[in-house]
Amino acid sequence: MSQAVTANTRAVTTDRREGILDRISDVLIAHPKLLTLLLLLPPLLWIGVVYVGSLFALLLQSFYSLDDYSGLIVREFTLSTYAQLLETANLQIILRTVMMAALVTLACSIIAFPIAYYAARYASGWTKALFYLAVMMPLWSSYLVKIYAWKLILAKEGILTWLANGLHLSWLLNGILGLPLVGGPSLSFSYIGTFLVFVYVWIPYMILPIQAALERVPANYIEASADLGAKPRQTFWTVIFPLALPGIIAGSIFTFSLTLGDYIVPTIVGNSRLMIGQAVYTLQGTAGNVPLAAAFTVVPMAIMGVYLWVAKRMGAFDVL
Amino acid sequence: MSPAVRFVNVCRHFGPVRAVDGVTLDIAEGEFFAMLGPSGSGKTTCLRLIAGFEQPTEGHIEIFGETAEGVPPYKRNVNTVFQDYALFPHMTVGENVAYGLMIKGVPRAERERRARDALAMVKLAGYEDRRPSQLSGGQRQRVALARALVNGPKALLLDEPLGALDLKLREQMQEELKALQKKLGITFVFVTHDQGEALSMADRVAIFNDGKIVQVDAPADIYELPRSRFVADFVGSSNVLSPAFAAAHGGAAKWTSLRPEKVGVFAAGSPVPEAHAHADGEIKAISYQGAVTRFSVETEKLRICAEVPATGSSFKEGDKVRLIWPKAAMVTMEEGA
Repeated sequence: MSQAVTANTRAVTTDRREGILDRISDVLIAHPKLLTLLLLLPPLLWIGVVYVGSLFALLLQSFYSLDDYSGLIVREFTLSTYAQLLETANLQIILRTVMMAALVTLACSIIAFPIAYYAARYASGWTKALFYLAVMMPLWSSYLVKIYAWKLILAKEGILTWLANGLHLSWLLNGILGLPLVGGPSLSFSYIGTFLVFVYVWIPYMILPIQAALERVPANYIEASADLGAKPRQTFWTVIFPLALPGIIAGSIFTFSLTLGDYIVPTIVGNSRLMIGQAVYTLQGTAGNVPLAAAFTVVPMAIMGVYLWVAKRMGAFDVL
Repeated sequence: MSPAVRFVNVCRHFGPVRAVDGVTLDIAEGEFFAMLGPSGSGKTTCLRLIAGFEQPTEGHIEIFGETAEGVPPYKRNVNTVFQDYALFPHMTVGENVAYGLMIKGVPRAERERRARDALAMVKLAGYEDRRPSQLSGGQRQRVALARALVNGPKALLLDEPLGALDLKLREQMQEELKALQKKLGITFVFVTHDQGEALSMADRVAIFNDGKIVQVDAPADIYELPRSRFVADFVGSSNVLSPAFAAAHGGAAKWTSLRPEKVGVFAAGSPVPEAHAHADGEIKAISYQGAVTRFSVETEKLRICAEVPATGSSFKEGDKVRLIWPKAAMVTMEEGA
């Protein structure tokens, strides 16, 4: 018996490899934590230095101020730049942007939910492939091209005007354009236009998380709810919606923050009233007011922070 | 009194697949009824037809005397315990159990009290505030049971509810379910592929094969008097004797079932008692199974299995032996296929 064991041991140990790479892998296998550390180090450095570091530099800038006379940045701690945010013109930019982002998020979630629900619950095989293609394909083409295409669609001489004429609906289009505040000379020069394009460009970011969340809701939850007496509407509000909520929140983080920070869409399609992204762009470029630009970028971060905190307090992530 | 559930020639087809194919069935009120069959035999679809998750392609279903076709699940007075429990993960155990009452608009204080009582009934008092994810499989199973029973259904449908539990727990739950059904006196319709489960719990068992019911009987009759080779093979194990073999050994010239535990193994040339049949052969395999030892004996025409209590039998593989069984143990069947 003991002889057999010895022979066995020898069989294992004589197979030992001697190369330097083999030794390294032996050490790594024996110390799994070391392996994890080595694997994580490069991405940690990237996130730590490049990502968080630059964000920190940005935060720091927002506590500096611009000397109005010399146009130079005063590198001393001050809250005066943040105070500038509260000036009427700047406050309007913030409110306008937040309002737009909120409406875009709401519209995206309302439009995305049925699409995501269909994809998660009913689509299979080629309909599912078609769904992914339809949702993802717009993301593969250039964002600028899509926005310019929308400008042409929405322009005074564009397809929509032509279509409205052909359908004898010009009165409707003119009525919409005549609305105070949201109207304008043409759809491509109005808040409505900006809103439509934002909804278009961000909607995939809302559909996919909702679909992923709904995908994880087994069909028998819905059956169980019906079995316990719930009508489809009750099942939706008590079972499906709460379970999809993390997906809706995830999607709204995308649509909300992307809208908050975007400067291209409102520049190309929209009236000339600035949004936060455009303000940052002008301030750090031509105006050279990096501190105020930095303070402006802190606004979306703060808003998102509050948003997530409220969502968590409301139990939106309890299912995760 | 109308039966709890009545199926009249019910079919449910999914495209070309005839999942349920002409099932006619009465389940009496207060009965513990098991639907037993291999997977894909249509038993679960039948349960879903009762619950209302499926509608029959053809035929007629009555539940407590009322036509069930077109009636959605939320209007049926039956409740289901799902195979994987389907507890809502975003609700506490208490909220899960009270869900049906909440939907009916029962005031909060009353539904909380009734949920507590239901949880106490399944021995989970004090678990109201836990999440389903914090419970073990057996505990989740009990919550699912409480969630169904709290609504006071006239029939409880159970879809392989014990399938995910380990053996000890399963045996314990079998006893508890049986006791619960006796206490509540409501109809239980129980789907399972485990023959032991069906035989030990049910008042009557329906055996499903290929979308059809092949036999409905009390457990003892299912086991002792299988009507077809399928039932004989599926419930327990059985030696199926061809008409010629049966006739040559004192039976009728029909396909015949002979349970292995009825067959005794004796030394070659042992005397054959009155009203007994015998066959001589050679032991090809012996498998020790704890309580019994199983012999596989090659006779002239047929390999026969015999199970004898494992009390020091000294036969070895290759031994010539004589198999002896009472003639009464040979059960003729309607078909051999």
